[in-house]
Amino acid sequence: MTTALPDSPGALAEALATTGYLADDGLATAGFLALKLGRPLFLEGEAGVGKTAFAQALAAATGSAFVRLQCYEGLDAAQALYDWDFPRQILHLRAAEAAATAAASATGAPPDAAAIEAGLYDRRFLIARPLLQALETSPCVLLVDEVDRADDEFEAFLLEVLAEAAITVPELGRIAAETPPLTVLTSNRTREVHDALKRRCLYHWVEHPGFEREVAILRERLPAVTERLAAQVAAAAGRMRELDLIKPPGVAESIDWAGALVALGARTLDPDLAAATLGAVLKYREDVLRVQATGLDALVAARP
Amino acid sequence: MTGDGGRDVTALLVGFARTLRHAGVAAGPDRVQTMLRAVDALGDVTPGRLYWAGRQTLCAEPDDLAIYDAAFAAYFGGHRPAGDRFVNAAPPPPSIAAPYASGPPGETPETGDEPQVLGLSASTVEILRQRDFALLTPGERDEVRRLLALLGPETAARRSRRRRPARGGEVDPTRTVRAALRHAGEPTRLATRRRGQRPRRLVLLVDVSGSMSPYADALLRFAHAAVRRRPTRTEVFTLGTRLTRITRALRHRDPDAALHAVSVAIPDWHGGTRLADALKAFLDRWGQRGTARGAIVVVFSDGWERGSPDALAAQTHRLSRLAYRLVWVNPHRGKAGFAPLAGGMAAALPHLDDFVAGHTLDALDELVRVIAK
Repeated sequence: MTTALPDSPGALAEALATTGYLADDGLATAGFLALKLGRPLFLEGEAGVGKTAFAQALAAATGSAFVRLQCYEGLDAAQALYDWDFPRQILHLRAAEAAATAAASATGAPPDAAAIEAGLYDRRFLIARPLLQALETSPCVLLVDEVDRADDEFEAFLLEVLAEAAITVPELGRIAAETPPLTVLTSNRTREVHDALKRRCLYHWVEHPGFEREVAILRERLPAVTERLAAQVAAAAGRMRELDLIKPPGVAESIDWAGALVALGARTLDPDLAAATLGAVLKYREDVLRVQATGLDALVAARP
Repeated sequence: MTGDGGRDVTALLVGFARTLRHAGVAAGPDRVQTMLRAVDALGDVTPGRLYWAGRQTLCAEPDDLAIYDAAFAAYFGGHRPAGDRFVNAAPPPPSIAAPYASGPPGETPETGDEPQVLGLSASTVEILRQRDFALLTPGERDEVRRLLALLGPETAARRSRRRRPARGGEVDPTRTVRAALRHAGEPTRLATRRRGQRPRRLVLLVDVSGSMSPYADALLRFAHAAVRRRPTRTEVFTLGTRLTRITRALRHRDPDAALHAVSVAIPDWHGGTRLADALKAFLDRWGQRGTARGAIVVVFSDGWERGSPDALAAQTHRLSRLAYRLVWVNPHRGKAGFAPLAGGMAAALPHLDDFVAGHTLDALDELVRVIAK
């Protein structure tokens, strides 16, 4: 199901659009360059601007499998790369032992210890975690989500896997990717990611979409939303982003909000509906108070 | 890219990268290589494509983007393609203002007035430890700087998510079974594990406005010692009329080199203070996202605030809810007759976990103890 790789940023943007993701020029160029140069793509930006969704859309648009590694503190090789399935190995060992003993008593030949041992470290006892999965699946988009949450030692290890597109399991040997996975890393900047890792990557800061693009995204994601409602939600979200809030709404929040309004059967946004559904878009009490103080009437006017 | 045209484009792009480096973006040769490959991969070079290809290959963090935009406009005479908006403050103009009382090493007079600098006796050190940083003679300052470099603030530990092999604690199935495998599947001993300990993140916010200038050098050296102690778990920002992240500059091993790098990085030495705005910038861009969460946050400031005390109270409250401990270091606190009456200080006070002095070496030692608490 591999599709031909897009030959320009525009073509990639179109391919992404067919999967329901509307990328702007910058993001399309970043994705195109990552594909073409075989570099990992390092994405940063406000929460909810669609960094994770971009990786998923990229996988769908290029006909690749999608593998996600969610980083968290304490993530280690056994959770990110591979682990041996020890209980199954013990079961195998016991079964093989019993079979060999039975065979030995029947034929008089001694049990073949080497064969049992070799059978113990078979690929089927290896549990592939996301990084190994990504190497074994080609083509593939690997999303390393929130890499800043992992410990800094993990970065060095990730760097090694990304640079080689291969890993070595001591008992099995080297496992190399047929085609290196297209890697997308995201970070929330809770700490500085190591320079060595960033240097290998293309860097892109994902921004909030402009008004037209946000309307298009809302209509794409929620077919039930009316044009007027989408325009009002996009305009209101845009205004909120200028209000200096603790957590300005991202596209994810405006989609949630529009979804909530659609669920209430709304066709246009009015101040009462906005007041009732503000919780879908603003997640801090201070922010809700601030938006209410600036007036909900002005907020729901259709044009930005 | 082929022929002479290609060479011209290459020269043009390399020149642009050099401009960008001068403006303060760390665009090393390998990044420039990547940019050339990226421009090549894009085919026809339009200004829009050139803009994005350069930005995605030469920049590495949001702070670079505003500088990049300005450099791009200056070098190519154009503007960034319209379409989306990136709200950021104006690019920090490269500033080479030297900090007060920390010129290039060797500038301070070492002969003449202070012949007794070398070989300070124990009692002299004792006295020095209690001298206010603002009142030091140049000779004493050198000695204090040497002692400051010896401080190594260590933060309190928290439980980590990563489990480590330990005696006692919960059973570790993986290690138990792995050990059993070594004995032909016979379980011989239960392996156990426990959650480990990790030091908390330390965030230092140093006020570098005019009223703090007698202390800025000593406090930044304290920050340098902290960064050297735990380079990946310490973040340092300066507060003035704007917020500047100086962690990177402080990673230099040598304190004087680090302080010089800091003085280059800070555009607003000894300007006014807009504490509330600077704190808000920190919280919006770093703190809320995670830098301040569960961290020990230390604010070095005298609390002189030009803006409204209410805004400062609100931001301090916000910070105190994110941080594990919020410590305020005010050099004037150690002076006789001090009362936290400065508008900003009084507003911040209810939200603090600790309020310490930090005007002498002894006071900074006390701060080290508070941080480790």
